[in-house]
Amino acid sequence: MGIKNNFQKCLYCGGCVGVCPVSAIKLNETRISIDNAKCIDCSACVLICPVGANELIQGLKE
Amino acid sequence: MEHFDVIVVGLGPAGLTACKTLAEKKLKVLGLDRKQEIGPPKRCAEGLGMAWFKRLNLKPNKEWAVQKVFGATLYSPNGKTVELKSGKLQGFVLERKIFEKHLAIEAAKKGAKIIVKSDVIEAKRENGLVVLKVNQGGEQKEFSCNLVIASDGIDSLVARQLGLNTANKLVDVDSGYQYEMTNISGCNEKHIHFFFGTDIAPRGYVWVFFKRPHTANVGIGIGGTQKETAKFYLDKFIASKPGLAKGSVIEVNAGVIPVGGFLDNMVKDNLMVAGDAAHHVDPVHGGGIGIAMEAGMLCAEVAAEAVKKKDFSEKFLSKYNSLWYETRGNELKKKLKVRHLLEQLSNEDFDYLAESVTIDDVLKIASADMNKKGKLILLGKKLVKRPGLAKIMLKFMG
Repeated sequence: MGIKNNFQKCLYCGGCVGVCPVSAIKLNETRISIDNAKCIDCSACVLICPVGANELIQGLKE
Repeated sequence: MEHFDVIVVGLGPAGLTACKTLAEKKLKVLGLDRKQEIGPPKRCAEGLGMAWFKRLNLKPNKEWAVQKVFGATLYSPNGKTVELKSGKLQGFVLERKIFEKHLAIEAAKKGAKIIVKSDVIEAKRENGLVVLKVNQGGEQKEFSCNLVIASDGIDSLVARQLGLNTANKLVDVDSGYQYEMTNISGCNEKHIHFFFGTDIAPRGYVWVFFKRPHTANVGIGIGGTQKETAKFYLDKFIASKPGLAKGSVIEVNAGVIPVGGFLDNMVKDNLMVAGDAAHHVDPVHGGGIGIAMEAGMLCAEVAAEAVKKKDFSEKFLSKYNSLWYETRGNELKKKLKVRHLLEQLSNEDFDYLAESVTIDDVLKIASADMNKKGKLILLGKKLVKRPGLAKIMLKFMG
């Protein structure tokens, strides 16, 4: 699995960074970057996103 | 490598207040912000009560204190309204992008060095100091300091790199979404407005804060574990109100609000945390500008003592914990209880309270003139028809 961020929906508020338990997400000004090697597929960032910009999808761990 | 007494990472209200206070105390201070500009994007409804202006010694300036607020209107799920007003000025709605620039100018005027578009890539301790690797508009730089103040918001990572976990649990945060809308009508512009109901905003509320004639922040905060997004609920609410639905959106904001209680420990060796990064938010209404600025000030007080004593240990810096608890934390702990109470209320409870509890009752219960027993009797009379609600209230008063 892994998380994909849709930058066209994202308002780069950084909320997902604040709930990520393993510090796998970083906000760089207007861009969210996700380290899927660290991600544990907990979906906290999917649930909290005010605009539904994060999605848990298959096959991002390679 | 340039050395500073203190480096403040993240220049919102907490960080900028810390910079200014430290510079006033003649410390060598550097403020870094990742963004290209101090201020935007806001993650905030921009309200600030008069009590904070007094506490923070702030004088409202019409460049950034753009709308006077004289009261609040609360709307229960069935549409009943409760007006809280006293005729006196209660606070202001701010234009935060100008407010924060103003704070930055004040801090720089006192001697703080401020740099934007500076992203902290790595923070680590070396021989009793902290070395920050910073990407400054594409260029790698290094700075050292005795003390880092991490005020880098909900998305704080600097404190985590220095061994203090600032991550939030999902149950402890609200998901927020907001439009700045214009050409809207239907609400008293001198009031701030709150709409309650589990269908409107589960575990939260919708707010309308005017900033200019016919122009307001229209936003929502909902519990962090809902099925639909905050955007979904706010769009639905706006569609149901003709006075809002006809308006135009001139800005979109989002943000996650750490409402569920603050860090018990806000320090490590060479590190203090303030503002959203330390979850410094009022658990009842979710506001945090004033709390963050006060924390920035208290941080700076303790940092100045630490520099004087040359002691940057967690033990010495924990003075900031106790100072903050005394000043604000203990009060917010009590408010956290109220939050837990409010979270248990049903739509019917809200409707009943709006219909049966008058402003006089609220003022009596909130005042210091009435003792706890008197308050209980008054509440008991009001809640006799809703024993379930009375039970919840009693649980939280004990």
